[in-house]
Amino acid sequence: MPDARDFYGSGWPAMIARVLCACAIVMAGFLLLAAPRAAQAQDDLATAAAGLAGDFDAKIAAIVKLAGLGDPKAVPLLQALNDGALMVRDSDNRLAIERDKTAYDALTGEALGPSATGFESVRLNNRVRGVLRGALGTLQLASPDRALRLVAASDVFKTRSVENLPLIEKALARETDSEVRAQLQTSLAATQLLSDKPADRLAGAKTLAGSSDPGVRAMLVEVRQSASGDPQLAAAIDTAIAAIDNRLVMSNLVQTVFQGLSLGSVLLLAAMGLAITFGVMGVINMAHGEMVMLGAYATFVVQQVFRGYLPPAAVEYSLLVSIPVAFLFTGALGVVLERCLIRFLYGRPLETLLMTWGLSMILQQAVRSVFGPTNREVSSPSWMSGSLQLSDAISVTLNRVWIIVFGLLVLAIIVLATRATTFGLHMRAVTQNRRIASTMGIRTAWVDALTFGLGSGIAGMAGVALSQIDNVSPNLGQSYIIDSFMVVVFGGVGNLWGTLVGSFLLGIVNKFLEPYSGAVLGKIFVLIAIIVFIQFRPRGLFALRGRAVES
Amino acid sequence: MAHPTAAASRAPAPAVLALMALGLVLLVAVPVLNMLPPDSAFYLSDFSVVLVGKYLTYAMLALSIDLIWGYCGILSLGHGAFFTLGGYAMGMYLMRSIGTRGVYRDPILPDFMVFLNWKELPWYWYGFDHFAFAALMVVLVPGLLALGFGWLAFRSRITGVYFSIITQALTFALLLAFFRNDMGFGGNNGLTDFKDLLGFQLNLGSTRRAIYLASLIALVGTYVLCRWITRSKLGRVLIAIRDAESRVRFLGYSVTAYKLFVFTLSAMLAGIAGALYAPQVGIINPSEFSPANSIEAVIWVAVGGRGVLYGAVLGAFAVNGAKTWLTSSVPELWLFVLGGLFIVVTIALPRGLIGLIGLGGGAPRGLGLDRLLPRFTMPKPRRGDG
Repeated sequence: MPDARDFYGSGWPAMIARVLCACAIVMAGFLLLAAPRAAQAQDDLATAAAGLAGDFDAKIAAIVKLAGLGDPKAVPLLQALNDGALMVRDSDNRLAIERDKTAYDALTGEALGPSATGFESVRLNNRVRGVLRGALGTLQLASPDRALRLVAASDVFKTRSVENLPLIEKALARETDSEVRAQLQTSLAATQLLSDKPADRLAGAKTLAGSSDPGVRAMLVEVRQSASGDPQLAAAIDTAIAAIDNRLVMSNLVQTVFQGLSLGSVLLLAAMGLAITFGVMGVINMAHGEMVMLGAYATFVVQQVFRGYLPPAAVEYSLLVSIPVAFLFTGALGVVLERCLIRFLYGRPLETLLMTWGLSMILQQAVRSVFGPTNREVSSPSWMSGSLQLSDAISVTLNRVWIIVFGLLVLAIIVLATRATTFGLHMRAVTQNRRIASTMGIRTAWVDALTFGLGSGIAGMAGVALSQIDNVSPNLGQSYIIDSFMVVVFGGVGNLWGTLVGSFLLGIVNKFLEPYSGAVLGKIFVLIAIIVFIQFRPRGLFALRGRAVES
Repeated sequence: MAHPTAAASRAPAPAVLALMALGLVLLVAVPVLNMLPPDSAFYLSDFSVVLVGKYLTYAMLALSIDLIWGYCGILSLGHGAFFTLGGYAMGMYLMRSIGTRGVYRDPILPDFMVFLNWKELPWYWYGFDHFAFAALMVVLVPGLLALGFGWLAFRSRITGVYFSIITQALTFALLLAFFRNDMGFGGNNGLTDFKDLLGFQLNLGSTRRAIYLASLIALVGTYVLCRWITRSKLGRVLIAIRDAESRVRFLGYSVTAYKLFVFTLSAMLAGIAGALYAPQVGIINPSEFSPANSIEAVIWVAVGGRGVLYGAVLGAFAVNGAKTWLTSSVPELWLFVLGGLFIVVTIALPRGLIGLIGLGGGAPRGLGLDRLLPRFTMPKPRRGDG
């Protein structure tokens, strides 16, 4: 593709040069224009501010004018007025701001002597105060700081005074940032509701119907109570409230599904290894939870090593190193356990179950002796903390998003490994028919050891993920093992798709039940539901044919 | 699988009978020695009486597990649930009989309900002021739960590890449920501060000895019942089910009915054991439901020798004796020892202590357990292959 080569080749330098040229021109233009513009603004400010020394009507006019200038310099002036620090010199009506008992000129900042003599405070009444607050809000709307503008836009929503209407409209016309614009539009509509023009009020209600903010809903309910005199408006508000309710239900739904997916991906990570060892080898590994726990401790150790021997900036990435470390450590341990203990119990699933339970006790107690019984803290890197705002009402924590991504990634790798590698081929062959696989020259004993190592290694990686959302303690594995077993029983043994569907389904169902029944009862319901479910599908959702069927 | 009934029909060797007689004498000696004056050299403390009494109830639990696991191949990892339910049923009677002697002196409501600001007794606490009703519930509640659960499980032919896992889920669900305060079973703290049983003060030595003797009689009774069952025709069918379930079904037996019967009976026995446990220990709380407890009970049977009734009793005493001794002298070592027991017994001692000391008895056959040494060969191909 010649176009592509052009794009990556000669196109880039030329474009950069062009952009740099344009920047230089614009900068030069600003420098030329800035000086006279500043002088002009100072004059406007002075004329507008003069009115502040007059009566209340003159003050309101002056405030609106000052706010309308959109000049950030007016902010200290109005702020001083709001704080009662603005004064007028008796001799020449010069405006001054009082600071530490000294008067400074309100516009130039020149010191005018002690404020106690010859100055009088500018008085306000409630009407002026209302306008002033709105004006301050709208002035902040002109601030170059985006965060300040955002705060101001929501402040205007809270004050809601009709006098601000033109100011908000002006700010809206000027605003370019989409988030601030959205907030401004909401504020504008909310203020319009109070307007004396029926058309404005209706337009406001109509705009607000597009919101999904619980705060807007509360405000609408409040306005609705006083709107009974205007049936048209009342109907419009009712429609708006219903629309917001709908959207809130939707966003709750999305939020719950997300939480379910996040719980599900944790279960998926924990259950995947279990499904592999159970499916391929018919081995119920009760020590699987302890493999998860060991993976979490591996993460802790790696982080401690990073803290001790590497620059602080590198600690951010210790988690990435923990993943292979945890995989290899628990995987190797798995191979050792399989070779030394588990292989003697093949064909005796109940004994295997008891033996691995004993293993789990020993591993737990060993970790408790080495690391102590208390929780160990693994800190989250900055790129995993914080949350992602999807809309007004939906925000998701970033570490949960990463865990979902990680869980699906591991699943994809495992599926690929079983489909596309020689080891995967051997593994599937042994699953389907051990004896034939053996006569075809596959060293089934090796396959068993490596399979168990793989299952344990995945558990270790699950531990890395769990260290981010749960306490790293010797009991970490215990809290997930029964749920993981439920996933495997529910999804069908030795079937990764079953594990995927089972874990996500269980996660989501758990989260949907929680608000109605509390976390504990929800869990009980799920356990009972699974017990009933396997009445109808004793081999799980996706039954597997093969070696594991008749056990 | 040539002699599926061999285990049951083999008469116990004289050595076994002698051992059992010795055990019985020792157990009867416990309350007698406790009645000696405290300064006597042979005096046995109240604490020891309670301890051995506790072991007796554990041994009953072990027997009930051996009945279904050793003889019918059903591995329940949730038998602690039935034991604890029995304990709760007894505990509820003991709570009701406290009367006005509680902290809040409410004649009807137990302390924890007053504490939770409950105004009246929940309906499921009705009747527990009568001992006979409570005694009935001790058997009925675990029995009905096992009947319902077993019916669901056995009719859809859930066997092997699947059954083990869902029984574990069952006891886990109960654990979570009983931890809740609004269940009305005392929540986290469970039921405690018992005062008296049938009007006899629980803190008196004589009452303790009486409960001890009741436990001993119950254990012997359970043993005799289990022995009678396992040696009857019914027992032979159970062993046949353990060794070749499909064949038994093809022969026209209702495997579901047999399994359901023995599972329910076993749950009732566990319930009685729990009911005797609660007044001796003086507390029953939700942690008894924890899956770890149930699995520990299974290992008693495995250590003693499954498929042999006195093996289960021996295992319960041996493991719990070791536990009491180790947790007081080297507490951090206990879990290593227990975990090691699981590993050693399953791999090297499939017939448990009974096999080790060569006391005949029937190890389960047909499961590859009839050889003492582990197999170093390929896993056995299973039916359904190819």
